Amino acid sequence: MANIIEKILSRASSKKEVTPGEIIEANIDCAMINEMTGHLTIKYFHEVGAKKVWDREKIIMVPDHLIPAPSVEAAELHKIMREFAKEQKIKHFYDVGRGGIAHQIMVEKGHVKPGDVVVGADSHTCTYGAIGAFSTGIGSTEMTAVFITGRLWFKVPKVIEIKVEGNFRKFVTPKDLFLKVAKILGASGANYRGLEFKGPTVRDMSIDGRMTVCNMAIEVGAKAGIIEPDEKTLEYLRGRVRESFPIIKSDEDSEYEKSLEINANDLIPLVSCPDAVDNVKPVSDVEGIELDQVFIGSCTNGRIEDLRLAAEILKGNKVSDRTRLIIIPASQEVFLDALREGLIETFLLSGAIVANPTCGPCLGGHLGVIASGEVCLSTTNRNFIGRMGSTKSKVYLASPATAAASAIKGRITDPTSFKGD
Amino acid sequence: MRISGKVIKYGDDINTDYIIPAKYLVLTDPKELAKHAMESLDPSFTEKSKDAIIVAGKNFGCGSSREQAPISLKYAGIKAIVAKSFARIFYRNAINIGLPVLECEDLWDKVKDGDQLILDLKSGKIENLNNNTYAQAQPLPGFILELIEMGGLLNKLKRMIG
Repeated sequence: MANIIEKILSRASSKKEVTPGEIIEANIDCAMINEMTGHLTIKYFHEVGAKKVWDREKIIMVPDHLIPAPSVEAAELHKIMREFAKEQKIKHFYDVGRGGIAHQIMVEKGHVKPGDVVVGADSHTCTYGAIGAFSTGIGSTEMTAVFITGRLWFKVPKVIEIKVEGNFRKFVTPKDLFLKVAKILGASGANYRGLEFKGPTVRDMSIDGRMTVCNMAIEVGAKAGIIEPDEKTLEYLRGRVRESFPIIKSDEDSEYEKSLEINANDLIPLVSCPDAVDNVKPVSDVEGIELDQVFIGSCTNGRIEDLRLAAEILKGNKVSDRTRLIIIPASQEVFLDALREGLIETFLLSGAIVANPTCGPCLGGHLGVIASGEVCLSTTNRNFIGRMGSTKSKVYLASPATAAASAIKGRITDPTSFKGD
Repeated sequence: MRISGKVIKYGDDINTDYIIPAKYLVLTDPKELAKHAMESLDPSFTEKSKDAIIVAGKNFGCGSSREQAPISLKYAGIKAIVAKSFARIFYRNAINIGLPVLECEDLWDKVKDGDQLILDLKSGKIENLNNNTYAQAQPLPGFILELIEMGGLLNKLKRMIG
């Protein structure tokens, strides 16, 4: 009768069962900080007089928003991270050149296991639901409490199930699936809720695609996105996770607050228009809008499958003179895979610039900040006013396929009807 | 615990990038952060934010987990936020830094910018002195009220370790 989130939370709080609305205190399996929010956690840790973290092997530290440091201020934040890692003998500190975007590292390096309760001082921590963990973003102060006690309170969320069946058409992707969900639920439609993605289409999706949909759960307000672990999950985790873990799944007759049914056969390429993620339209409705910049990357769409898709479209084509294309692999591992598969060569030959793994331009940080009056199409997760640079710029969110086709044309282009020059 | 202040009114979906843009997250002094609070949405915010109460629509604080969002509002002088609903990470962050947040569906329609409000955190009762109307917010659960009264989670941790 219990769904996967309820089961994970009862296990973590040593209770036989939990019910939505109930406040529980859970043991934390793993906690992550980056430099933007983590420096506050470290400051507070010292301020309250704490001496030692609860478990030096369960804290993962990944500077990722601004790496390598583009300013003295950013360099100072990285220094704070480095010194803390040394002081507390933190086992997993991914410095410049060792890691990449934290959310990719957490899954790729096997720090998260199915059934875990994981917190991160970043809102896109919900990504790890892709392998069947309950993971959620928290603030810097709460992270201080976790660093000291290894525990945190949660309200057991109601869960919305999203059942997906059918097959994605060529160049229609999990990103388009999520944008459809955002259109249906709206920016606060899943506030305080969990989102469970299920059904044959989800089972057919790779871990990369599952990470994209769970990653964006926060954009409709959800506490967590989650997908039951299956054979694909186990195959992905082989060689990454050494410890054993239970396979926790929702009961057949679990209770959900609400149920959405989506048929992937009906999905078309979608785009979030300025200035809200839920302002979703078919790409065909905004086709032709001229673009100054296209960005492919981030914790949402910077994985190998995303890069393969972009390369498939870019191969033999040139980025339009009107626009610039920036591509950022999500991690060192993704970068290396892309290099070995020849994708980087395809990108460079097309006229794209390929930068080192980092969050970079997604939050207007570096490596592609946009000017006033400019328009960017991006594979990232937020298009709020000023998100990627000037408050007078505009951001459209779409899939890597839409991004690649649009970069070639220099204007928003539907990848399903795209023909190279 | 009673709080009084003048209203600054906003609509729905006020996101954390509006509250404090990411480019300022490298600032480590909360007073410096406060100077940039709401600057892209409401450039005159810091001129009126001292001892004010924000009244907003639904999903206040959506987006990032950056605690710098409630910190910048608190140091800009905001005494409390009353919204139809909050994004959950912002809600927790505000409580953890000791900034009172109340959920109230029907206040928004009864106030305008500059109205003088009195909030009672324990009962959730809100009085608008300008038009003599009342609204009822959801009372805060005991353990949350306790955290706010202590001035936030860090003070609790200090006591625990102390």
